Formats: sequence, structure tokens, C-alpha cells
Amino acid sequence: MSDLHTVNKSPFEKPSLDTCLRLSKPGSSILLYEDAVYAALTGTSVTDKVAGILGERKVYVLEPDFKARGLKPERLIDGVEMVDYAGFVDLVDACDKVQAWL
Amino acid sequence: MSDKKKFMFLNRRAPYGTIYAWESLEVVLIAAAFEQDVSLAFIDDGVFQLVTGQDTTGIGMKNFSPTYKTLGDYEVRHIYVDKDSLEARGLTQDDLQVVPWEDWETEETVDNIVEVVDSARLAELLEESDVVFSF
Repeated sequence: MSDLHTVNKSPFEKPSLDTCLRLSKPGSSILLYEDAVYAALTGTSVTDKVAGILGERKVYVLEPDFKARGLKPERLIDGVEMVDYAGFVDLVDACDKVQAWL
Repeated sequence: MSDKKKFMFLNRRAPYGTIYAWESLEVVLIAAAFEQDVSLAFIDDGVFQLVTGQDTTGIGMKNFSPTYKTLGDYEVRHIYVDKDSLEARGLTQDDLQVVPWEDWETEETVDNIVEVVDSARLAELLEESDVVFSF
């Protein structure tokens, strides 16, 4: 199994997501949480960047953080999967290791 | 010399991920209590602070978003939102809270003091301010 990359910074404010996308291997998984959940929205200046890597990486978004920010599930990019805390744990368990892009 | 100054609170961070949004709100309420001329501006990720429908039950943090719609009662007269920042995030004014305002003496009312403005206007507003508080 491959690595799980976690990103928690807003893609509009910090380059964490860009660096994660640049340095993560195809086949790996990316979990967006805290302020990184904004990266999972359609209709933004970073939508294409995230949608563009979905073929070669799986992208997950943490539902409690998504809901806390008042974001609508209809605006979730097609192919991005919503997970809860238990799902987060399952991902950590299923992957070789966790690489955090703080 | 007039003691009343034009205070501008500049909010550029998303809520919950950091403490900036909450801290700003606290200071805004303090400033308003001292009868200053208080305006708020939401720029960059700060525009996310005003998004409706926030539900923090899953993250164990206080949902402070209902406070924004009461700011008119604290004599905050202007809330400006940067148009470019909204557009970059796929948001429109319809996604944002409505903040009513009423002058208790004259009974003048404004249905919504949240105003979407362009860069040129925002630059003017910042320059006109006596003090800018950044969060």
C-alpha cells in the first residue's frame, strides 16, 4: 500500500497543497482537513488543480471540517470522497505511513 | 479634538483553522463598546467567515458565526467584502450572511450592511481609515 498525505492549510493562502501534489507519488492518497477542505470545492481558482490529479491519486475530505465551514456537499469536486474521523483512521491504517504537509 | 476614530478591521483568515477570525470578532466588540466608528473588511480567506450554514458540532469548537449578524446592534455600520476574493472561491453575496442595522435614535434602518466592493473601493476605504487592525 502507498502513503497517505495529509494537508490542513488553505490552498488560497499557503503552498502546502501545491507541494503535496508536486511531491506525492501517483497511487498515493491525499486527505484534506481543517482549512484544506476548501481545496475540495468546485468553482474556485484551485478546482482544476485538484480535479486534474484525481486520475492518479485518491483525494479524501474530512466531513466534520467541511460541515463546520458551512460548505455545501453539492460543491464537492466529483471523485473526491468524504470521510468521517473513523474513515480517517481507516486510511491511516490502510496506508504504509502518513506524510503530513503542515 | 474628536476622540472618535475610524477603525477598520481587516479579516483575511478562514474560520476555525486558526484563531484569527474569533480574536478579531472579540476585538471588534470591544472597539464598538468604546463608541468608535467601526468597519470590517473581509478579504482573501476571510470571506469564508461570513458563509452561512456553519455547523461545528463535529469538530468540538464553538460556532461563532451567528455573532456576525448581530454586529449591527453593536453599531458596526459597514461590512465590506472583497469581490475578487469571493470570485476566486466560487462564492457570491448569496452565500453570505445578512447583517441588518438600525439607528435607535433616528430609527433609520438598513436591511443588510454587508457590501461587496471592488479593489479600487477597498483601497480607498483602507486609506481613509485612521487605524487598520489586521487579523
